[in-house]
Amino acid sequence: MHGPASTMSPTLPALLSVHDLVKHFPGERAWLGLGRPRNVVRAVDGVSFAIPPGQTLGLVGESGCGKSTTGRAILRLVEPDGGRVTLDGIDVLMLAPRELRALRRRMQIVFQDPYGSLNPRMTIRQMLAEPLVIHHIATGADAERRIAALLEEVGLNTGMARSYPHELSGGQRQRVGIARALSVEPEFLVLDEPVSALDVSVQAQVLNLLVELQERRGLTYLFIAHDLAVVKHIADQVAVMYLGKIVERAPAGALYAAPRHPYTTSLLSAVPVPDPQAQRNRIVLAGDVPSPVRPPAGCPFHPRCPHPKKNERCRTEPPALREVAPGQLAACHFAEEPL
Amino acid sequence: MTESPPLLRVRDLKTYFVTEHGSGTARAVDGVSFDVRPGETLGIVGESGCGKTVTSLSILRLIPEPPGHIRPGSFIEFEGRNILTLEPKELRAVRGNQIAMIFQEPMTSLNPVFTVGDQIAEAAIVHQHLSHAAARRRAIEMLQLVGIPDPEERVDHYPHQMSGGMRQRVMIAMALVCHPKLLIADEPTTALDVTIQAQILELLERLQAELGMAVMLITHDLGVVAGTTDRVVVMYAGQVVEQASTVELFARPLHPYTEGLLASVPRLDAPQQGRARGRLHSIPGQVPAATAWPDGCRFHPRCPYAWDRCRAEEPPLLESGAHTARCWLLAEPQRRSSPAPQP
Repeated sequence: MHGPASTMSPTLPALLSVHDLVKHFPGERAWLGLGRPRNVVRAVDGVSFAIPPGQTLGLVGESGCGKSTTGRAILRLVEPDGGRVTLDGIDVLMLAPRELRALRRRMQIVFQDPYGSLNPRMTIRQMLAEPLVIHHIATGADAERRIAALLEEVGLNTGMARSYPHELSGGQRQRVGIARALSVEPEFLVLDEPVSALDVSVQAQVLNLLVELQERRGLTYLFIAHDLAVVKHIADQVAVMYLGKIVERAPAGALYAAPRHPYTTSLLSAVPVPDPQAQRNRIVLAGDVPSPVRPPAGCPFHPRCPHPKKNERCRTEPPALREVAPGQLAACHFAEEPL
Repeated sequence: MTESPPLLRVRDLKTYFVTEHGSGTARAVDGVSFDVRPGETLGIVGESGCGKTVTSLSILRLIPEPPGHIRPGSFIEFEGRNILTLEPKELRAVRGNQIAMIFQEPMTSLNPVFTVGDQIAEAAIVHQHLSHAAARRRAIEMLQLVGIPDPEERVDHYPHQMSGGMRQRVMIAMALVCHPKLLIADEPTTALDVTIQAQILELLERLQAELGMAVMLITHDLGVVAGTTDRVVVMYAGQVVEQASTVELFARPLHPYTEGLLASVPRLDAPQQGRARGRLHSIPGQVPAATAWPDGCRFHPRCPYAWDRCRAEEPPLLESGAHTARCWLLAEPQRRSSPAPQP
């Protein structure tokens, strides 16, 4: 994949493309909820990327950076305030509710917490049958056949169809979440921290399953995660978010080998490596992520930035996301002199 | 380091729980033994349900009874005294004073209606009989020690006014206010972002060096274990399955479970994967229920090497130099030859 001919596949038309996506949440209102909302949270603040068919973009960042909101805004599970999203050329944000429901057959989501996203009063069979009925895909014996095939495809025993979520382990529940997303035969999946709640050995099983499904069905993934090692394993392209903005986006090979944004470099250096003899220069960032209500002026990362050349310009002039190496974009005034 | 007597000795610890409908007994911790030496960092590593948290709660006698109970014959010795036979008053003199604990989720372990200063000062007032004014000064010192900016101001803040990383620092300040000899840290960074995790791990390392305390670090994260501990105890199904120095364990895992875990972790230091990316190694199946541990070796249903003996006979902890593992492969090493998972 990361051969010379396909760094970011600019020639391949994207299946999903996101341009300047914006989602602002109103903060608290003054005057007993009657005044104008103040303290707007800029959860997603101008995010753009494109994913070619059959590929995976890993969207990474720390809590509150806006990565989950981005995933939900693309599917219009939260309504974006601006930007443009197209799936296979269809303008997702312009669709009427009816058209949007039809398009949801082609784009689905898998959540982090499979327990919280499965109805505890429904059996696995009922949960898998529901989307088939809603989207007029199958009923009766045909539906049963499809459910059995789905369970088998995600590595569950078909006998499990009669179980309730509480009878399953975490890994099994996540397989059900994946089966439910797949039941309508989508082309595009948002995977929102799909393995974060799982134990290491089970996490590996589910990651392998996601890779197999992608190869078999030609699926396109937006893989949202905080774990950079997991993303390295699964993604073709990676976008790093900080305070609602993408600060670096590149083919996975380039991003991990030669990060250009000091935030990416710091994140990578902070990931613990399971090797006690690894020689590492860990960069420990000072302070917390600032509140997205009042992001810092200039470069949003400047208060925590460890770059030795950080200067007045960083404090006043927001850096644009620009191409600094073939296919590699970074929003840093010093991207040519990475850490 | 091997000369000094252990600070904590745990021998044959069994902590069982009666399940809700009386349908069985969960043998959550089932015969666990290990030592913590003064000043060292011991990692206790394992997946959910392996018994690592119940072990740590047992050491502080924090197991709710019923449904739980520590079985007769279990033995937990701290500086020569058996914690399990201490009177409540003697126990209180140890707990929070000489042995302190920090938990994964600081928000649920901090009291939302008291200021952080009051909560840090409490232990100093109770255990060291400081006056309120002196305890407040102590709380400010502790906030400074754990790297909280503007401690004079922060001392009067409530937990909800702080970020997750700040709250974990407050938890650490509370735990260390009496200068304990042993700090039990149960998944102290699991709920934190990776840049904040790096801050907290660095802080713990610095404080350990400054205060000379021993740390028992309970975690599922092999990366955290590799970077911070001197020795490691690996737990599976309520038992210790492997024990070694950290360098030795990662270089030469002996138990197939440890081997499988190490091979399952996606690694940042792995070579970049191409489109024909390899599969991660995964351990088939899942951890069995604590009410029905498998016969023989408890790992045998998931083990790629298992043979008849593993199904019938439970292996003891066998030694290989300073390294121990609960696996018959140590007695019959020629069996390791064929289906080996590649870490």
